Amino acid sequence: MNFISKTKADFKVVGTRVPRPDGVDKVTGRAMYGADITVPGMLTGLVLRSPHAHATIDKIDASKALALPGVKAVVTCDDLGVPEDASLRDVQDNCLARGKVLYHGHAVAGIAAIDMATAKKALKLIEVSYTPLPHVTDVDAAMADGAPVVQEGRADESVPAGSHPNVTTMQEFGHGDLDAGFAKADKIISRSFKTAATHQGYIEPHACLASVGTDGKADLWCCTQGQYFVRELCAGIMGMATSQLRVTASEIGGGFGGKTTVFIEPVALALSRKTGRPVKIVMTREDVFRATGPTCSSSIDVKIGMTNEGRITAADAQLRYQGGAFPCETVSMGAQSAFAAYDLDAVRTQGWNVLTNRPKEAAYRAPGAPMAIFAVESVVDELCQELGLDPLKTRLLNAADAGTKSSYGPTFDQIGLKATLQAALEHDHYRAPLGENQGRGISCGFWFNFGGNTCVSLNLNFDGTVGITEGNPDIGGSRAAISMMAAEELGIPYEKVRTIVADTNSLGHNDVTDGSRVTFAVGLATIEAARAAIRVMCERAAKVWGIDPDAVVWEDGCAKPSGPNAGAFDPMSIEEIAASASDTGGPIAGHYEVNAEGAGVSFGVHIADLEVDPETGHTQVLRYTVFQDAGKAVHPDYVEGQMQGGAVQGIGWALNEEYIYGEDGRLENAGFLDYRVPVASDLPSIDTVILEIPNPGHPYGVRGVGETPIVPPLAALANAASRAIGARMTELPMSPPKLLAAIMAKG
Amino acid sequence: MVQVVLTGAMRALAGGVETVEIEASTFKEVLDGLRAAHPALAPVIDRGVSLAVDGLVYRNSWFTPVKPDSEVVVMPYMKGG
Amino acid sequence: MKNIHVSTKVNGDEMEFICPPDETLLDALRGRMGLSGAKEGCGTGDCGACTVVMDGRVVASCLVLGAEADGAEITTVEGMSTGDTLHPLQQSFIDNAALQCGICTPGILVAAQNLLERNPDPSETEIRYWLAGNLCRCTGYDKIIKAVQIAAAEMRGA
Repeated sequence: MNFISKTKADFKVVGTRVPRPDGVDKVTGRAMYGADITVPGMLTGLVLRSPHAHATIDKIDASKALALPGVKAVVTCDDLGVPEDASLRDVQDNCLARGKVLYHGHAVAGIAAIDMATAKKALKLIEVSYTPLPHVTDVDAAMADGAPVVQEGRADESVPAGSHPNVTTMQEFGHGDLDAGFAKADKIISRSFKTAATHQGYIEPHACLASVGTDGKADLWCCTQGQYFVRELCAGIMGMATSQLRVTASEIGGGFGGKTTVFIEPVALALSRKTGRPVKIVMTREDVFRATGPTCSSSIDVKIGMTNEGRITAADAQLRYQGGAFPCETVSMGAQSAFAAYDLDAVRTQGWNVLTNRPKEAAYRAPGAPMAIFAVESVVDELCQELGLDPLKTRLLNAADAGTKSSYGPTFDQIGLKATLQAALEHDHYRAPLGENQGRGISCGFWFNFGGNTCVSLNLNFDGTVGITEGNPDIGGSRAAISMMAAEELGIPYEKVRTIVADTNSLGHNDVTDGSRVTFAVGLATIEAARAAIRVMCERAAKVWGIDPDAVVWEDGCAKPSGPNAGAFDPMSIEEIAASASDTGGPIAGHYEVNAEGAGVSFGVHIADLEVDPETGHTQVLRYTVFQDAGKAVHPDYVEGQMQGGAVQGIGWALNEEYIYGEDGRLENAGFLDYRVPVASDLPSIDTVILEIPNPGHPYGVRGVGETPIVPPLAALANAASRAIGARMTELPMSPPKLLAAIMAKG
Repeated sequence: MVQVVLTGAMRALAGGVETVEIEASTFKEVLDGLRAAHPALAPVIDRGVSLAVDGLVYRNSWFTPVKPDSEVVVMPYMKGG
Repeated sequence: MKNIHVSTKVNGDEMEFICPPDETLLDALRGRMGLSGAKEGCGTGDCGACTVVMDGRVVASCLVLGAEADGAEITTVEGMSTGDTLHPLQQSFIDNAALQCGICTPGILVAAQNLLERNPDPSETEIRYWLAGNLCRCTGYDKIIKAVQIAAAEMRGA
């Protein structure tokens, strides 16, 4: 199905760099984020968290807390429902522990008081009796015989008999004859890798305000990537009808996947229901680190065979991910994406998810892919080194293309990997000289991209301007992109369109802002909604002219007779049609509801130059270039912004960021001082090269761009570091002590 | 008949077969046929799967047409960030 | 503990409020003066989202007590624009796509404004080090640095 209706030359608005509609609000402090709303009569909520990594909860005694003047309510898991659905029960048990605490920071009780000082005092008065249990936080240790069992009976039907009870799922992908493939190789390299858990690190902590009436009607305001999903989860947990819970998404201060579930929202709702007053909960940064996010940590084995000419003959990987104390399927996406960049005759990936006493994993930009592709791209790089091959040309030789049977099953349609690799090969950066202790690394990256359930409503105002209502929180400039696509389709200036994000009761269901789906899927629905409005406008013009609606066409914001046979009428502008709308039949609108499919996969290539100080192991990124296929870049500034921001998050993952656990199972670095995200002075300029290989599944050729850029930096920097120091780096992050140890070990 | 390729945990649950022949003209018929042919797949299908037809990945969409020569791959349900 | 009466000047306006002795300036700004432009990202002075200028110095308002504002002059992001005219830095951030989610933007703008008052022509390295206390997780900083450079050039020319 190819319904690209515009070619590059046709675009008037799409592809330009217009100012974002939320810009002024965000530079003046007017924008309202999760913590910025207050209402009269509001109480302050706080959450009590477990000091243990693993323990049974024997008793919770809140009597002293409740006796403190100003304290209005305490809630525990007993104040929430008992959902039948296992995944919903997991979400609920993560919000308030049931029977056992499963990780350091696991929520145990919530409290509501008249102000923060009283709430803080009261929190210390809640007495919880625990019996500590043995714990495990490392992925390999959690699979070993005799490891403490985090939860019993959570394995799904895929797990082979005899596996440790902490193993919850086992997935396998691939095709072809591995033994025959490895037999053809001139060189085979096997390596094992480890990556640490990282946090999404959005600067805005989770915040919400809940208000439940005695009639059961409830309102929830929160910072989220998906107000509809929040409604679904909270209504399920609270035992409410979804229609009675209205969720409004605030302006969102970053999410990156971490705001696709709930943590404090059900607690605030339960406290509000119990007190009859609005309750606001804002997480501290420490809470955010201890109990939200993070990613999986991983342990991965990769084996790849290559001919002397650089053709990969066989590829095999075993991936073990821990996603915290609840079942998690992120490893299956890692296993599917590991070898996606390559055209392979024989490939296999196997993935295991393992429970540990850590916070439940939350999605983070291309979930599962960065660590898998880090391991694969490291081995490809080492093979190139060993065989004396150019790493970019070798990737080009093996690159997946249209018609390639992917490593995860389906055959690729139009994809931009080869064009992206070619662009990297031709770029100045690839030929720039390197100094002593410097290395250059490259890596491919991949993400699937999704479409999903989407509703858009487009209303024509009587002055000819247009209001668009959509249901996905704007996390990277999507309101601008949506307004641009509407303006493009209607043939009117961008400034005449205003797009707002609806609450859950103002528009039908929209899937979460995830999977790089919004510019693709909401854009597609917006274009179709505009086309629906155009059909109505053409009908109105036809009525006024007294001709057949089929004899009217829409061009440049005007209805026009389709040709001389249709009659000689002056074009009727959108303003004229809008002004006479009440005379010609009433208000004019277009809407579109769809489960959008056809999101094209996304590939990128990064080149990184890194210097390693041989005395200290300190690293400095010297130069960095991102190449990515955007399908069609609707707003090039924001596409570049995704590429740069994703790359820098990946740089943090590669060099500094990690969850550090002590022997006692407690998280030791729950703050930005010790969990080190990249700052401005750590980085060079991040150069970008956008390629546009149209996605056949979108009217304008758009592909999602948000997730792929976090994937390549891990291997690009590991390859650069390995080449700089002359020793292979297999563990992330490559913090100075690890690099120094590698330098010393090689002597 | 459509050749349906199984991936992830489904291959093992279907007794190790890589491809299953199903009489189907839509995704829903593919899923119903898989359930009938291999009851062990039912819990996986019930939790949700993605389907790729001729390279395009669909997360739902029962009535998407499937032709006898279409490439159909059943994959785990995908989530993003 | 007795509450403290504080007289201060915020964005040129005389303001008075009463706060407990342990309340932060950030909470006083947000909770008592209705100025929610400064954000709390960490509460420990590590992220810079709460950056304001106090008596000419860039401070993390989450590490300053409300009581310390007595007699001080404070500038927040709400004080940057004049009437309906944005400060050149604000306009440059919009024009050069230097923000995505925008939660760090108020703090970065206030810090950058203070830099340009001290040094109208900073080098890229100077800008990067000056803003090293302001975390941004969306942009990778590239467009922020360029937006500051462009605004600085414009302000020098004006």
